[in-house]
Amino acid sequence: MTEDVHIEASEIPEAMERVYGYPESLTRVATHYCPGCVHGIIHRLVAEVLDELDIREETIGVAPVGCAVLAYNYLNADFVEAAHGRAPAMATGIKRVNPDKVVFTYQGDGDLAAIGTAEILHAANRGELITTVFVNNAIYGMTGGQMAPTTLPGMVTTSTPTGRDCTLAGYPIKMSEILAQTAGAAYITREHATDVSGIHRTKKAIKRAFLAQIHQLGFACVEVLSTCPTNWNQDPWEAMQWAKEQMGAYYPVETFKITDAVKTLKV
Amino acid sequence: MARQLLKGNIAFAEAAVRNGLVAYFGYPITPQSEALEHLSGRMVEEGRTFLQAESEVAAINMVYGAASSGVRVMTSTSGPGLALMAEGLSYIAGSEVPVVVVNMMRGGPGLGNIQPSQADYLFMTKTAGHGDFHPIVLAPSSVQEIVDMVGLAFKLAEKYRTLVIVAGDGAIGQMMESAELPSMQQVRRTRPDWAVTGARDREPNVITSLYLGAEKLEQANLRLQKKLTEIKANEVRYQLYQTEDADLLLVAYGTAGRICTSVVREARRAGLKVGLLRPQTLWPFPEARLAELAGQVSGILVVEMSAGQMLEDVQRAAQSHAPIRFYGRMGGVIPMVGEILEHLQALADAVIQ
Amino acid sequence: MRHIETVFSGFGGQGVLFAGQLLAYAGLAEELYVTWIPSYGPEMRGGTANCTVILSEEKIGAPVVRNPSAAVVMNSPSMEKYELLVRKGGLLVVNSSLVSRKSNRDEVQVLTIPASDIATELGNVRIANMVLLGAFVEATGIVALDTVKQQLNEHLSERQRKWLEPNYTALQRGSELALEPSTV
Repeated sequence: MTEDVHIEASEIPEAMERVYGYPESLTRVATHYCPGCVHGIIHRLVAEVLDELDIREETIGVAPVGCAVLAYNYLNADFVEAAHGRAPAMATGIKRVNPDKVVFTYQGDGDLAAIGTAEILHAANRGELITTVFVNNAIYGMTGGQMAPTTLPGMVTTSTPTGRDCTLAGYPIKMSEILAQTAGAAYITREHATDVSGIHRTKKAIKRAFLAQIHQLGFACVEVLSTCPTNWNQDPWEAMQWAKEQMGAYYPVETFKITDAVKTLKV
Repeated sequence: MARQLLKGNIAFAEAAVRNGLVAYFGYPITPQSEALEHLSGRMVEEGRTFLQAESEVAAINMVYGAASSGVRVMTSTSGPGLALMAEGLSYIAGSEVPVVVVNMMRGGPGLGNIQPSQADYLFMTKTAGHGDFHPIVLAPSSVQEIVDMVGLAFKLAEKYRTLVIVAGDGAIGQMMESAELPSMQQVRRTRPDWAVTGARDREPNVITSLYLGAEKLEQANLRLQKKLTEIKANEVRYQLYQTEDADLLLVAYGTAGRICTSVVREARRAGLKVGLLRPQTLWPFPEARLAELAGQVSGILVVEMSAGQMLEDVQRAAQSHAPIRFYGRMGGVIPMVGEILEHLQALADAVIQ
Repeated sequence: MRHIETVFSGFGGQGVLFAGQLLAYAGLAEELYVTWIPSYGPEMRGGTANCTVILSEEKIGAPVVRNPSAAVVMNSPSMEKYELLVRKGGLLVVNSSLVSRKSNRDEVQVLTIPASDIATELGNVRIANMVLLGAFVEATGIVALDTVKQQLNEHLSERQRKWLEPNYTALQRGSELALEPSTV
């Protein structure tokens, strides 16, 4: 574990106006994420959305098992830590007894697309009024770079040393496309966080997904194509390009479902 | 409230409603599905939460979520379902949220059957999930007792912030007996200060079982163990039946326990001085009382609807004061009074001069 | 001491579980301890169904018994299963409409009642259970027939209510038959 590093708030002289700063919903500690990992960026986007919608004090987050297991150390809100894959079930339990609160899950690809497939699919299908941020980097980061359900064909991982052979290991699963088929889903979209415009779009999508919940329009999920330079054996820049190009080719950045009511939300 | 003829499954479900149950999440499994069915109507009538989950795995994690939020919540299941819940049970224990689970045991292993059994004893009391913990395990032997124990389970769960399993079996769930339900209790509106309810005007609350760093996790475990020691000291419950002058002791719980009250009566008619210790808490187990009784009697017969699971606790507690024998039926067979009497007689012949 | 352990057994759909429940309700109304426990499981559908009912002045331990003090058998498989299990000095109530064989147990009181035929005469073959229950109650005296009728009125489901009167008649006919020499 890295030591907790506290980031001090900088003083702003009286005559100046703050135009950009540290979100209130983000704690002032350095994250444990690797260089070039985009979890930090996505955390910040969630924090900015909580701030902008002024819902931090009404929000309960559900952390996954995976690299984002410590998300509650970085997001300044009430949090629970779910078992691997069970975040949507736990979020369901929380939301059902707190219908006036905002509940979201933050899950990786192993968590959501493998061990937790049943939970996410049924939560979506029930139209559970929760928001899911799904970070897809095509690998198991925390356990040391094994194949994920979303690992691309031919991709080398620590459990596919000669590259993913889909005839043996199955095919990369397209969760957003699947979730979009459920009647309970109101908003299912895939974005990427590998360049500035992608990050801006991702934030907008996350905001829309929270608004869908607040307006009780149904289940909403934002998949974000992300990086894992450490386990991909790439430098951060390479990883960003690889995610955008290679992952983007298999996982199109696209909105798969958006109901009319969600469309009319002002983001 | 008047006594009514009630089926065990419906009685415990209704007792939960009247004890201010806020949410129920479950998955159908025989022999307890009547409870889920009953709650599907009653909870909605009362404006509370009922949800049939996609699996026991999901159900227990929904329970875990609601419990983290500080409301009174439960689920009910039977052995195969409890096995699926084991993951969640461990997280619940590790993050110290109050949860009540009713397990109406059925024959196993595997799909087994749906007849009454007590073969989940070791699973519930010793290994309900990974890691070092024990749930409190309550063992009702009648419809009235499961009604009462559901109320007790909520109190204990909340007092200690712990997992409580009410361990019935198919017979208790399926039988009808007269019982008095508690009066309707209002749902508690306030939430405990540790619960996740949105961090308004306070620092965020985090419910987690994750402690990175061996020393930190050891500290958490020590705290947990301290709590378990306190539970052991304060929450042992059992019933004694005609043990004052007993030469022989029966030890049995739940359905086997009530059957043994009939055995005691018949045996005494036949001139055998027999008493019964019926544990009402399987964890914590009434070790001290059993040790005393083991010093008093000439022999002990343990009766279970299993291959002899509680037997291990009896052997440990009795500290070889008195010879211990076992009679059990498995696979959903309910032991009959006559069979137990034969084994009791054989024990008497062996140990009483 | 008032105490009885009885099994009701028959095909699924013959109302053996309900007959047993009604007896339990009556026992409770007369302030006895009661237990009712069904055989449950896949065999409930189409196979034989049975329940054990115990009524007692004493708190009930075992809710199931190897040798009941009474059995009400509504079909042949039930006769085969329970005829020999009834305790010496006990009671066997037989639906002779569906059980052609006579019981040859002489140390047991046997009531032979063409319950299904009587029920058909009364307009509904499904009230044969009440004919037999009437006979059982008369023969054992464990509860009053009026208590049974009262409880029937309280517990007959909404969609069966139109059969309340015929059910009463069935109970009555059964209790009368229990006293007739041809039955005994």
